[in-house]
Amino acid sequence: MLSYLIKRVLWMIPLLIGISLISFFIMHLAPGDITNNEASFNPKTSEESRQKLRELYNLDKPVIVQYGLWMKRMATLDFGNSFASHHKPVFWQTTDKDGNVTKGMIQEALPITLIINALGLIITLALAVPVGIVAARKYGLWQDKSITLFNFIGFSIPGFWLSLLLMYWLGVVNNWFPISGLHSLNYETFDNWGKLKDSLSHLFLPVIIPSVTGLAGITLFVKNGMLDVFHQDYITTARAKGLSEHKVIYTHALRNALLPLITIVGLSIPGLIGGSVIAETIFAIPGMGKLFYDAVMMRDFPVIMGILTIGSALTLMGNLVADIAYAWADPRVRRGVVRD
Amino acid sequence: MIKFAFLNNKLLIRNAKASGVILFLLLLCNCSKPAQDLTDYTKIYPSQSGGTMIDAMTGEPSGLISMIAGESASSAISSNIFNKLLKYNKNLDLEGELAESWQVSADQKTITFKLKPNLKWADGKPLTSADVLWTWHAVIDEKTGSPYASDYQLVKKADAPDPLTFSVTYEQAYAPALDSWAGLQVLPEHLLKGQDLHTTAFARNPVGSHYYKLDSWTHGENIKLSRSPSSVLGQAKIDHLVSRIIPDSSAQFLELMAGNIDSMGLDPIKYARIIPARPELLQKLALYKELGNSYTYLGFNLKHKPFDDVRVRRAINYAIDKQEIIDGVYLGLGINIASPYKPGTRWSNPNLAPYPYDPEKAKQLLKEAGFVDTNGDGILERDGKPFSFEILTNQNKEREKSAVLIQRRLKAIGIDVKIRAIEWASFISRFIKTGDFDVVVLGWSLGLDPDQYSIWHSSQQAPGQFNFIGYNNPTVDKLLEQGRLELNPDKRMKIYHEFSRVLLDDSPIVFLSAGYGLTAIHKRIKGIDNPAPPAGLGWNSETWYIPEPLRRNEISAN
Repeated sequence: MLSYLIKRVLWMIPLLIGISLISFFIMHLAPGDITNNEASFNPKTSEESRQKLRELYNLDKPVIVQYGLWMKRMATLDFGNSFASHHKPVFWQTTDKDGNVTKGMIQEALPITLIINALGLIITLALAVPVGIVAARKYGLWQDKSITLFNFIGFSIPGFWLSLLLMYWLGVVNNWFPISGLHSLNYETFDNWGKLKDSLSHLFLPVIIPSVTGLAGITLFVKNGMLDVFHQDYITTARAKGLSEHKVIYTHALRNALLPLITIVGLSIPGLIGGSVIAETIFAIPGMGKLFYDAVMMRDFPVIMGILTIGSALTLMGNLVADIAYAWADPRVRRGVVRD
Repeated sequence: MIKFAFLNNKLLIRNAKASGVILFLLLLCNCSKPAQDLTDYTKIYPSQSGGTMIDAMTGEPSGLISMIAGESASSAISSNIFNKLLKYNKNLDLEGELAESWQVSADQKTITFKLKPNLKWADGKPLTSADVLWTWHAVIDEKTGSPYASDYQLVKKADAPDPLTFSVTYEQAYAPALDSWAGLQVLPEHLLKGQDLHTTAFARNPVGSHYYKLDSWTHGENIKLSRSPSSVLGQAKIDHLVSRIIPDSSAQFLELMAGNIDSMGLDPIKYARIIPARPELLQKLALYKELGNSYTYLGFNLKHKPFDDVRVRRAINYAIDKQEIIDGVYLGLGINIASPYKPGTRWSNPNLAPYPYDPEKAKQLLKEAGFVDTNGDGILERDGKPFSFEILTNQNKEREKSAVLIQRRLKAIGIDVKIRAIEWASFISRFIKTGDFDVVVLGWSLGLDPDQYSIWHSSQQAPGQFNFIGYNNPTVDKLLEQGRLELNPDKRMKIYHEFSRVLLDDSPIVFLSAGYGLTAIHKRIKGIDNPAPPAGLGWNSETWYIPEPLRRNEISAN
């Protein structure tokens, strides 16, 4: 098991280098660089100063040289500084000689996105599992049919549309929830309880909407998993033994039906850290999706590379964790792993 | 002082257009009415200090040193914090801001500024001509890499002989010089000396001399300013200015409807359709429109045939119905222009009229230029080649729609037009810089000085320079050179009137329209000039005030 783990972790290094190489070259395939943003199309600015800027950022060098420079910095885990955002560090905070701390861009954005998406995933799972079980138990009856209908609707509704609708209804018509942002303007004046309440009310819409629209897929997974398991011999055996229906479903069927969910959760890890541009833009949330989108639009290469590198590293780790969790949960797989 | 965010980060506005349409439909259905606000905002109140004004911006400033930041979000905030030597008054004449007076030498090469006495930074340190000199050094320094350096690099010698005197000498007279000193925000030497302007923490924690100082900056959420007690120009009325960062214009509008922000820039649909249809919004929002210093145009690549032929350019100018574009795309909220200057200002030649819509004349001109439909397919040909070209534009809904209307009008006179919309950075580096285009639909946002040397002079055609259409007219070159050397406003005016006349006659671009800047401001804000004077709505924003009974449950900015 240990050697398997070490092997998997070591494999991640060449994988990451390959990912970074491909990302770097694709990024440079898109025409334009940081000096081509809309603010630079101002007749008061001059081409010489843009050329100076290109030299400053080494953008005048061949792509392969730029990649080498980037790798050299990465070797010391230095993600560099943003071109566009006043040279803010891309990943983690730095302290200058006067003791001023400048927070890293990913350091600021990642926790926000992670909290929102993790809460969303938890809510989705908490709803999807019981709903899926009901749908499987009442398969073909009106309960199942109405759940299917609800799922179809949830699956087809565009998230941004539902967002605007709810922002209007809950925020403008009925002043029940804040419309956008993460905190109230007078957040600092609240006590701890008030701060928590304020944060939760701001998080409500951004968390609920993706949970509802994401519910459909996972409910279907749980339902189909349960239906599959119901046809297995050991369920028939359990029923024949005279076990209570409750015990059959929750002790014998559910545990097996939930196994595929581990894979699904593992696969959703890139989504957890990636964030959604549209949701973050609509709700004015300074998260990872918005950071990445802006960086691409501005051709802010160090930020693009930083997010892709950290994103792919976390994704690879997420996959590893999912595999280990699967092995832990399923003895059949575990034995297979040990033999390996 | 306050600049509104309607020019900010068009990239994102564009992205949110789809949601804007949905919001529009949603608001039209008027399914349920928001809670009633019974306050009477029309009552007259005396001017008083206090209160908080909240606005929204689509993008976050990268830093507050605007000479390197460059984006409009940065200067919108920093212009409340830093002073300049000169400023434009209500009628767009220059007057002193930090400078008490200024003198131009007899040979027009040296300008000497006298600073007001006892100027202070917000931290109590004196503000002297040494700060101005240091700022000049900083902006021209190669290490700073300021995109705006070129105006200041023309200064041959700058000097601060005593704390109240700052003088600059140019190689030769440079008429846009005064305008440039109305654009440079003066930075404190004692806090920035020896620092790298690109990384200094000062950019996120600035100390200035203007009406406001920075209270707090919450990344991605808001920037709060409060009145600076030591402001060199006296005290503004409103205590706190808060700018919330809300990238999506639909979300901004919902916040405006809910009364959580006090002002935002509007698009024509919100201005002309949504707000007027809803009495509860009209009750609390005042709508303003003002002409900006910007316009949209159709530009020809003059190096490509057949656009080198003035008859072809004029024909296309006659064939396009500009009023149709203004009515259809801007819902009537724009005007037809004949010169690249804001109508009503000194520099705009009142005797010029735009090309009228006259398809017959257009056909006539094309015939003279040798275009005839020989094979009867409805498309004109010359030398056996059909007259067909592609209009390129960036992904901007207004420009795309304008291009569609142009396509239809040109089809009617026998020109086959295709349209391609391209993401901004690719558009600039792949097509504009390389000159690989026939026709573009683009816009210019210009400064207040009439000098447009960098756009029209034949020497400005290298890749990355702004005369990318390849305009080359010796008369215009000469006028532009003269205009730069002439500091007398009346003589200068004549030069630019003549320049506009030649430009219109030559038709290197087709002026499509100058759209109004549209703004909604909550009626609790009083003291706003309507209609806006030439200098724009915000020219006197330091005297805007919020009467106490109309303030929202006071949000402290601390």
